[in-house]
Amino acid sequence: MFSLVSFIPRAIVQSIPLLLGCTGETLNEKVGSLNLGIPGVMYVGAISGVIGSFLYENSGAQFNGVVGVLIPLISCLVGSLLMGLIFCLLTVTLRANQNVTGLAMATFGVGFGNFFGGSIMKLTGSDVPSIALTATSGAFKTGFPASMKGGAIGQVLFSYGFMTYVAIAIALIAHFILKKTRTGLELRAVGENPATADAAGINITKYKYFSICIGCMIAGLGGLFYVMDYASGVWSNDAFGDRGWLAIALVIFSIWRPNVAVLESILFGGLLILYLYIPTGTNFATKELYKMIPYIVTIVVLIFISVKNKKDSQPPEALGLPYFREDR
Amino acid sequence: MDNKDIKEPLIHITKRKAIPKKQEWTIRLLSILFALIVCAIVMAVTTHLNPLAVYAEIFDGSFGSPRKMWILAKELSILLMVSVALAPAFKMKFWNLGGEGQMLAGILATAACMIYMGKNLPSAVIIPVSLVCAVLAGGLWAFIPAFFKAKWNTNETLFTLMMNYVGMQLVAYYIIIWESPKGSGKVGIINQSNGAGWLPNLFGQPYLLVVLVALLVTVGMYFYMNYSKHGFEISVVGESQNTAKYVGVKVDRVIMRTLLLTGAICGLVGWLMVAGTDHTITTTLGGGRGFLGVLVAWLAHFNPIGMILSGFLIVFMSRGASEISTAFGLNESFGDIMTGIILFFVIGSEFFINYEVHFRKSHRKEAADV
Repeated sequence: MFSLVSFIPRAIVQSIPLLLGCTGETLNEKVGSLNLGIPGVMYVGAISGVIGSFLYENSGAQFNGVVGVLIPLISCLVGSLLMGLIFCLLTVTLRANQNVTGLAMATFGVGFGNFFGGSIMKLTGSDVPSIALTATSGAFKTGFPASMKGGAIGQVLFSYGFMTYVAIAIALIAHFILKKTRTGLELRAVGENPATADAAGINITKYKYFSICIGCMIAGLGGLFYVMDYASGVWSNDAFGDRGWLAIALVIFSIWRPNVAVLESILFGGLLILYLYIPTGTNFATKELYKMIPYIVTIVVLIFISVKNKKDSQPPEALGLPYFREDR
Repeated sequence: MDNKDIKEPLIHITKRKAIPKKQEWTIRLLSILFALIVCAIVMAVTTHLNPLAVYAEIFDGSFGSPRKMWILAKELSILLMVSVALAPAFKMKFWNLGGEGQMLAGILATAACMIYMGKNLPSAVIIPVSLVCAVLAGGLWAFIPAFFKAKWNTNETLFTLMMNYVGMQLVAYYIIIWESPKGSGKVGIINQSNGAGWLPNLFGQPYLLVVLVALLVTVGMYFYMNYSKHGFEISVVGESQNTAKYVGVKVDRVIMRTLLLTGAICGLVGWLMVAGTDHTITTTLGGGRGFLGVLVAWLAHFNPIGMILSGFLIVFMSRGASEISTAFGLNESFGDIMTGIILFFVIGSEFFINYEVHFRKSHRKEAADV
């Protein structure tokens, strides 16, 4: 039976990786960088966190919740920061094509995740059969006290791990910074018209590096959330799937506004699991067809946005274009 | 990072007018060499294997036996055809990331023909019919996003990407319908008993046909892009849509026509894979070639002949890596990591080919990124 109270929490848990990926990509696109490497960044973020906590859990030390959260968190941030730096170095400093660099990063990142996910047990010589970071995952799922999780409202609002609330906060803060602060204004100027921004004395390179790197770190957290919270600390290769690409699509649907992305990603989280709620009986084949829903909806929305072609739903003017002062 | 000191910039970058071919290739080879060194360090640190032994194994994995060389040639041919198919669209600045889905459409059409006609029709009928169906299916899969791009400027990057997943789910749907034995979740070898719809082995070599078709497609595309009116229109649209409109090129028609061609070739590749080499259908049969094809085409500057080289580099690494994964008990994805590192370096090296770096005092030239 379909129950909204059980559906919404599951949709929200699905939505958080999308939301973090989308917020990260928005920060990239706002400075004019169409970073197609975000799926790879999210994989690297996830596996870096997994490696960190795997080493900690198997180090033999007494498990401490705070340390157990901090270690994967920091290794995730470092891993995704390095990916961001690769993208910056290649596209900003070395002026390489953004799409090509992004695709190379996606290939690299997914391979990196699957390689270490598949061989870390062997590489560290540990005798566990698979990666199941139950203790870490338990620490990541800490949220409100159990007494608040009862009832319909408690389940819908208070039943999540702390990262869910952090993710929503990050999106709202990102929106605030982009919209209301001077930094945000200058940042947007870089993405809209870098030549003018440069003339106004804004350091283009600095803004691009910072925004892209911070965006990649946020996206990496999305990967970490997926493993630690949604998948209960169990890593399986390719399980993360295409969420990175959906996150990039979400940027367009949220018209480059992270606050819109919060609701949008919950909607998409719902679409991702909708096939579980459509009664098909024992007909497994039809279930596969229903799994198309999020992609079809993406396509329909893309078409809809382009046909409407509204003024305020346009991408940053200089999106995807390289900027070289000497070329002007 | 550029050290943008207002008074006296430390580094001054200028665009090169032209670069001698020899120097250009020295830079490229150096970048690959650096990439291999970095790969070796990564390998030694993470796996504690001797990188030289691994490289020897990679070489052996690609060239060790006639059989391995044939597999290398087949893989190269398939990747090459995908890259060649994608090239004209990219030259037009149409970012088609849907090569995978277009291949899957061809794969699905071929498998359907073989399964539904295999019982009662001879191969002589099935082969041409499945070819036509695969080419049409691939073409259609690419035409849909092209149509919306041409009419309403719909974002083609994400559209084609999503078409991959739609195609993948469609294949997953039919795999469950066609699965044999029931409940296995796999289709298995199609028409294993009578080989209906299978392409014939030329001179006893199962992969020779694929290699020949790939050569034909590559050379054909080279002439199409460089010596035909269509090829000229594509490059004009790629340079500037406004110029194209001004000289009377119908931009929307060029976009749709070119993508139809791209999709058709991808469909052809799917046909070759199902009818010619693999004889089965899975959702992952495309094997990420849609993306790799983009990179191969871009590395070769959209020149079909150059793609033989860049494609070889990628296939060589991934073939070798899949061999080392069995030899050293590593996960197969190590190949992707190595491919990624090499790509980063080659992409970065383009900068030193296109630009010249001057330092403030000594005007020496920097050859490659260290």
